[in-house]
Amino acid sequence: MEQAKHIAEHYDPEASKIGMWLLIFTELLLFGVLFVIYAVYRYLNHDAFHLAAEELDTFMGAINTVILLLSSMTIAMATTALQKRNKSLTLVLAGITILLGMIFLVNKYVEWGGKFAHGIFPGSEYLTEMLSQGEILFFGLYFVMTGLHVLHLIIGIVLISVTMWKINSGKVHAERASLLENSGLYWHLVDIIWIFLFPLFYLIN
Amino acid sequence: MDSAHIMNEVNYLKYQGRFKGFLGWIFSTDHKRIGLLYLYSMATMFSVGLLLGLAMKLELIAPGKTIMEAQTYNATFTVHGVIMIFMVVVPGLPAVFGNFLLPLMIGAKDVAFPKLNLLSWWLYVLGVFLVLSALLFGSGTPDTGWTFYAPYSFKSGTNLLPAIFGAFVLGFSSILTGLNFLVTIHRMRCPGMKWTKMPLFVWTLYGTAWIQLLATPVIGITLVLVALERIFGVGIFDPALGGDPILYQHLFWIYSHPAVYIMILPAMGAVSEIIPTFAQKHVFGYKAIIASTMAIAFLGYLVWGHHMFTAGMSGTAQYYFSLLTFLVAIPSAIKVFNWISTMYKGAINLQTPFYWAASFVFVFMIGGLSGLVLGALATNIYVHDTAFVVAHFHYIVFGGTGFAFFAAIHYWFPKIFGRMYDTSWANIGWLIFFIGFLTLYTPMFYLGMMGMPRRYYDYLQEFHGGNILSTLGSWILATGFLIIIANLIRSARRGTQAEMNPWHGTTLEWSVSSPPPVENFDTIPEIKENERPYNY
Amino acid sequence: MEKEKPYVVPYRLYSNVLITLLALTFFSVAITLIDLGNISIVVALVIASVKAFLVLKYFMHLKYDKPYFVIMVIFVFSIILVTIVVTFLDYLYR
Repeated sequence: MEQAKHIAEHYDPEASKIGMWLLIFTELLLFGVLFVIYAVYRYLNHDAFHLAAEELDTFMGAINTVILLLSSMTIAMATTALQKRNKSLTLVLAGITILLGMIFLVNKYVEWGGKFAHGIFPGSEYLTEMLSQGEILFFGLYFVMTGLHVLHLIIGIVLISVTMWKINSGKVHAERASLLENSGLYWHLVDIIWIFLFPLFYLIN
Repeated sequence: MDSAHIMNEVNYLKYQGRFKGFLGWIFSTDHKRIGLLYLYSMATMFSVGLLLGLAMKLELIAPGKTIMEAQTYNATFTVHGVIMIFMVVVPGLPAVFGNFLLPLMIGAKDVAFPKLNLLSWWLYVLGVFLVLSALLFGSGTPDTGWTFYAPYSFKSGTNLLPAIFGAFVLGFSSILTGLNFLVTIHRMRCPGMKWTKMPLFVWTLYGTAWIQLLATPVIGITLVLVALERIFGVGIFDPALGGDPILYQHLFWIYSHPAVYIMILPAMGAVSEIIPTFAQKHVFGYKAIIASTMAIAFLGYLVWGHHMFTAGMSGTAQYYFSLLTFLVAIPSAIKVFNWISTMYKGAINLQTPFYWAASFVFVFMIGGLSGLVLGALATNIYVHDTAFVVAHFHYIVFGGTGFAFFAAIHYWFPKIFGRMYDTSWANIGWLIFFIGFLTLYTPMFYLGMMGMPRRYYDYLQEFHGGNILSTLGSWILATGFLIIIANLIRSARRGTQAEMNPWHGTTLEWSVSSPPPVENFDTIPEIKENERPYNY
Repeated sequence: MEKEKPYVVPYRLYSNVLITLLALTFFSVAITLIDLGNISIVVALVIASVKAFLVLKYFMHLKYDKPYFVIMVIFVFSIILVTIVVTFLDYLYR
């Protein structure tokens, strides 16, 4: 269809970049609201939050932080590699990013599994009968916020996978790098959210 | 003669691309067709909402049960609100006129992301079906009010999840439209169109787009939390588990107050286009209108607590929100002065769009002034949750966004459809609608001050007279609406051919044929140094 | 559209930023061993903010982008901050 081609052929990387940043802003607001809720309830339930946080494994949280920081570096480097026209290095770096993301998911799965095994999940008998209100809130927020974060991480993995496919087929290259750059931006967002989640849930003691 | 030129010999209504007929519309990425898709779907939903409103007024014509039980009444005002807010006034002018006119007004061939634009409309349709499914299936129509307040929203036995999910999807549609418009305005203005040469409607679309983008995620996540509360019992708003229902109200209004600026800013933008055109005079205070638009967009984020004065907030919060509410009224009022000053010593061309725009200023002012009564703490506690509030927001939203929408459809009708409507019937429709509107809502101010609560299907005998008048007004308004719609539908098909610029407007959309060609412009226009809009 | 040559950020810069981020992470964990009472949350958030700042400026390329990107980002973070502050006008003074 002539009309669609005529308009779509017009490649504007800056427009795409603005678009991705705007999307990032919506995500920041989304998580920002959850941080508001966290702030309010932590203020109102100071001791209960400290008590509940002892259930969480700081070391595990720190490992996950390191994993995401590393993956942010690799996806950033991937853009440099693409600009230097080093296709194989680009794919390796993007691939490592995805791999690290998967390891994060496995860690989370183990972590959540441990919680469930102890009877700690929203609506559980243990939660509602044995724990104080502040602790219930802590875990409610923990599951919602880390769960939503994981969802976005998965979206990021999908985005980077699609990008890798297109790099491989030659549709994404040095002169048409938008998709890789913008997928990278999204990944960094996932990283930034975790940078704030980590101290708020794992470093309270 | 290249293919683009051949393309532009066909207007967008007649163009047949890869898909033909109906499919050629619902799969079209042409911003003009998408604008019309929104128009038709929103008009349909508005009609449904209007019928629900008429049903409510009929119930209220006498104390006690008239045509429905209390539970049904609760469900009716809930669905009425959800439809009117999420499906009509929030998409509102941006979805219809923003989509249709933004590229034309800035000299572009389409928006930045045409496929995303189509997705926005598809999400709108999906959201509508999801909400409607809540009525048709499951354990009963939601009865929480469109505000879904906790804890009732997660305790109510009615079918809330599809409604919540539908509202979430509708929010997504709104976000994507805002995103699209922001990138379009930043990147696709034609050469010479600097920020200070943009039409005022475009400026309001810009401010609105930021609110759509930044405020909607807040209600998105809040509704998700209510859904999680219903499904998993997470506890975030449940007092039994330590949650605070007032926090829900904070989060809800952190979106829903800026949402009213999504509703009103483009309405003001359309009026700012119409008044100079029919006064045949440069708009008074172009920069002041821009500044006040951005001020409203920004300050609108800081006043949400004025919906919660009786909820249980701290005194400090109450004082703060009241103060900020008075502050945000200032830029709105400035605009009223701008419009009136534009009309002063202009050569007024009395046409249907001008009647709508002028009556907009009138009802908007009343609605706004009643907002001051609500914004002041001492008076708020008497009128909160009474019919006074209902009158206020109908004056300002229905009177504001609604009147502006009618003004806009009559103003841009020749451009959109290439035909003229019957002016006599349009004016008759306007007059009857206006009279009906005043009759319907004015008594509610009085009834509220006398103490009649809102969202009650019954009331004390002393409120009976005012309610009879109000219900009568609803029938007059509905009659006016029917006349207007019938005229527009008939004229779209069989009206007389319209010329390129029947109102002598100065913005770019009037420089292309009526209706516009598929790709808007053969060659992208260039704005010279001394050219500006409203250059009469 | 103008063809601007995008600045190619050297690998070395990215790895340096990572090292800084890892150091800050280590520091933020280590400091929890000291009992700082009510300031500990402040310290934790300050460190997190520094890390986020580094990610925004270098990984997300804001240092090399046109100024309006930075303005938008600052604006959005400010809105979130203001929302928290205004909400606390309620909770702090109940």
